[in-house]
Amino acid sequence: MDINDWRGISTAFLMFAFIATWIWLWSSKRKKGFDEAANLPFADEEKHMNSSVDDARSRDGE
Amino acid sequence: MSSNLANAGEQPAYNYDIVRKFAVMTVVWGVVGMAVGVLIASQLAWPALNDLLQPFSHFGRLRPLHTNAVIFAFGGCALFATSYYVVQRTCQAPLFGGFLVPFTFWGWQLVILCAAITLPLGMTSSKEYAELEWPIDILITLVWVAYGIVFFGTIVKRKTSHIYVANWFFGSFILTIAVLHVVNSAAIPVTMTKSYSAYAGAMDAMIQWWYGHNAVGFFLTAGFLGIMYYFVPKQAERPVFSYRLSIIHFWALVSIYIWAGPHHLHYTALPDWTQGLGMVMSLILLAPSWGGMINGIMTLSGAWHKLRTDPTLRFLVVSLSFYGMSTFEGPMMSIKTVNALSHYTDWTVGHVHSGALGWVAMVSIGALYHLIPALLGRKEMWSVKLVNLHFWMATIGTVLYIASMWVNGILQGLMWRAFNADGTLTYSFVSSVEASYPGHYVRVLGGFIFFSGMLFMAFNTYRTFAAEKDANASAQPQSA
Repeated sequence: MDINDWRGISTAFLMFAFIATWIWLWSSKRKKGFDEAANLPFADEEKHMNSSVDDARSRDGE
Repeated sequence: MSSNLANAGEQPAYNYDIVRKFAVMTVVWGVVGMAVGVLIASQLAWPALNDLLQPFSHFGRLRPLHTNAVIFAFGGCALFATSYYVVQRTCQAPLFGGFLVPFTFWGWQLVILCAAITLPLGMTSSKEYAELEWPIDILITLVWVAYGIVFFGTIVKRKTSHIYVANWFFGSFILTIAVLHVVNSAAIPVTMTKSYSAYAGAMDAMIQWWYGHNAVGFFLTAGFLGIMYYFVPKQAERPVFSYRLSIIHFWALVSIYIWAGPHHLHYTALPDWTQGLGMVMSLILLAPSWGGMINGIMTLSGAWHKLRTDPTLRFLVVSLSFYGMSTFEGPMMSIKTVNALSHYTDWTVGHVHSGALGWVAMVSIGALYHLIPALLGRKEMWSVKLVNLHFWMATIGTVLYIASMWVNGILQGLMWRAFNADGTLTYSFVSSVEASYPGHYVRVLGGFIFFSGMLFMAFNTYRTFAAEKDANASAQPQSA
């Protein structure tokens, strides 16, 4: 094996990692978790403010 | 996971004192750094200004003072302030680290003070954006390690299950800058104020620009994207457009940026394949950059009307537009044939300031206009009208600056490559300098307008703090 094989393998690996990340991200199982994470900037405000706007703030995967 | 809230309804006691200190120093160093910028821009327009106090006032000594002041003093304090604020609020935990927290503040101010003394004295390692000599480099390393312990310690202590995306960007910025700084600053000391790089020749140049471009990529981009991912949603009062896109944005950006450095060394002694690699990676970089820009701007979807009334939000959104413009311009300039025209001309300077004024400064200013009232428990700054005025001055100043540098850059590039039929050069170098004067005057004007806007910000910040003090004093019961 010479260095060009490694170049090919590493390119293929990165391509695989990139596509795998997309599939992982767009799995519907993870939608709730991401919605929660996206609302973290608002999560430490007053509790009553939080509950009233939480539903309106779900956006990903509409 | 039912909720991110650890203790329902109750905020933990955040450390806002350190955030306040860094926020105020951001404004102070912004004014100082940009004042030096206006001075050295004036020196290029009126060369006699070099002689104010020779040799200390020479352009060659003040230019690194300007870059260090705006990048590491102004930008650095903005990053410290915002990252300490964001990591506490999104982790719902006070800062970790005890005495290390104030050490990062006083240590960083000491670094800036040392830079302000040594650079005009001519003490320099001559590496661009890493000019400071080795004892200061060691101090930077100590402060940076403390910063890392405080930041990551707070993340470890978090009461939330997720680590918010802004913290990923801040974390990558802290980690990468540590590696870049230590590797690039490796040197053999000769005296206390003089050292020589540990590397030689083309390798030294490559390491310098691996550092230099990733200072852009991680200090001036990833760090400020951390600001964007917290303050844009916060000011727009809605979560980021797509959290999923933000994760793709993060991994794509950090894995590609690290390869782009060689585009600073096109047509040099650097091996040709390295130049080609740097160019291709720079071109690919357009995709994650624009993904992030779109994610930030689209966060406003359904709330565009807020731009009409909220100058703070306008600062944040226009900064993203400038980010989009400069991350389109950058890949284009990294194409070797384009670079053959643009390199070593004022176009590069214009490109840098499109990013530095339009993106970095404007996103920082927008974040501060959100942060300062929030720290004081106020709804807004002392004067929103002044914020609006500052917005227009910053925008007009930036546009004048970059437009004049585009004209100058293309003019210089074309004059330098013009040949006569017999193979001799059409223009001497000095005739291209002479032709650049009009652009240099416009740049002074644009820079001065931007700088004046910062003065209004300093005044507004002062009045906001003073108004808060008055309110507190009158709330105290009179002692009998």
